[in-house]
Amino acid sequence: MSENKTQAVKIEISNLKKQFGTNQVLTGFNLSIRKGESLCLIGTSGCGKSVALKCLIGLVSADSGSIKVDGHETIGQSRAENEALLRRFGMTFQFGALFDSLPIWENVTFRLRQKEKLSKKIAREIAGDIINQLGLAPHVLDLFPAELSGGMQKRAAIARAIADKPEILLFDEPTSGLDPITSGVINDLILNSVNRLGATTLTISHDMASVRQIADTVAMIHQGQIIWCGPVADMHDTGIAEVDQFVNGKAYGPLTSNPPDTNVAQHSEMPV
Amino acid sequence: MIGFVQSLGASVLALSRMIGGIVLFTAIALRWVLVPPFYGRQIVRQMVDIGYYSLPVVGLTTLFSGMVLALQSYTGFARFSAEDTVATVVVLSITRELGPVLAGLMVAGRVGASIAAEIGTMRVTDQIDALDTLSTRPMQYLVGPRIIAGIVCLPILVLIGDIIGVFGGYLVGVYNLDFNASVYLSKTLEFLEFEDVFIGLVKAAIFGFIITLMGCYHGYYSGRGAEGVGKATTNAVVSASILILIANYTVTALFFG
Repeated sequence: MSENKTQAVKIEISNLKKQFGTNQVLTGFNLSIRKGESLCLIGTSGCGKSVALKCLIGLVSADSGSIKVDGHETIGQSRAENEALLRRFGMTFQFGALFDSLPIWENVTFRLRQKEKLSKKIAREIAGDIINQLGLAPHVLDLFPAELSGGMQKRAAIARAIADKPEILLFDEPTSGLDPITSGVINDLILNSVNRLGATTLTISHDMASVRQIADTVAMIHQGQIIWCGPVADMHDTGIAEVDQFVNGKAYGPLTSNPPDTNVAQHSEMPV
Repeated sequence: MIGFVQSLGASVLALSRMIGGIVLFTAIALRWVLVPPFYGRQIVRQMVDIGYYSLPVVGLTTLFSGMVLALQSYTGFARFSAEDTVATVVVLSITRELGPVLAGLMVAGRVGASIAAEIGTMRVTDQIDALDTLSTRPMQYLVGPRIIAGIVCLPILVLIGDIIGVFGGYLVGVYNLDFNASVYLSKTLEFLEFEDVFIGLVKAAIFGFIITLMGCYHGYYSGRGAEGVGKATTNAVVSASILILIANYTVTALFFG
């Protein structure tokens, strides 16, 4: 975790709103992340965390509001500007989202090979270095994602996200579906990678052990808005019933387990 | 009555939305087909999937269609002593109609379903979003190569299917119906014109476009989970098959009408 309390703001999201059909998912979402900070976004399933994340990188267009990266407004920017913005991000998805048809070395170096002509030999060497840092054996390079365990897939996904040394890293539930030991290993890898790159990090997680391990700051989203944001050390004593219930994993309280449908895949927008 | 009007209106709106979506998707897909980078490896891979692996299915279909056509036309034409036109009927039917349409429908079943399933699975597992985050346009990387491969491979498949279908007719004509082999061959070529084969290949290219476009469209907008991908697969095959039949009539009417 970093000590960046006085660092400049890297990402500033203000009054972000997004509606799918009649379902208002984001109702005025505000969030500020400082350069080098590791922020964890928590909230119940379907409360809009992934939608907020996808709005941030332009995969889903917001209805209104503002998203600034290094002070530059990203909403309403041209496709070329959005593509340039995306190059500054690295992201892992909840289920890895590794490309089934490509071996791991091609997955890891996918973006690098889009950017520049790399020979197969050099690309494999680069991929080998990266997966070695993440504790994967060299033979994994030639395996396909379906041949890997869940934990190995998560590591490969992290390798792909950090391969191009992005300034901002986004992790969507990096430890979901993993046993506690593998989760701990993944958290360590995230911390090491982030510290090595000096990247600003936004992580979505339900796993409070993971949040405690990797976050500088925690923000909780409820009903499309941030209801609390503060240092990780303070999250057990916020005085907000929803946050207390979520952080302590209580079955009864103001939060319910039947959230509205915010599945983005159901609402795919026309590609451009 | 109001309920009926409401459901009719909802159906019309849904149909309009789907048609509008397909038109927009087509326009965007065509744009990315023409703009570099072209992802050569993806195109080659798709050509192998769509073309090479469809050869057995198309070959068998056209072989037996040519054989049946020779038998049926012989039986029919014998009734008015026109048996010697069997070879001509077989070659014209295969090159102008049966070759492209049968190959189109068989490839729609095999390739359309596979494209929709693959892209649909990529959609529901976030692989399409991952492409975006890795500085790659999904339309250009996934849709463009498949459309190019479809347009290139279908005419080749149909040309090979035409030859196999005519050969099937030849086998039945010579070994079952006792035609003289050289006479059958000369009758096959006597009335065959370049236009007959060429228009069949034009149809095939159009069918290749339709099959890959429908596979990509339904996969791209697949619903969630196995059920969503299953529906996308079915819709891709059904819509491609219907559009192939409509396009077949339209092209035939334009060129031969």
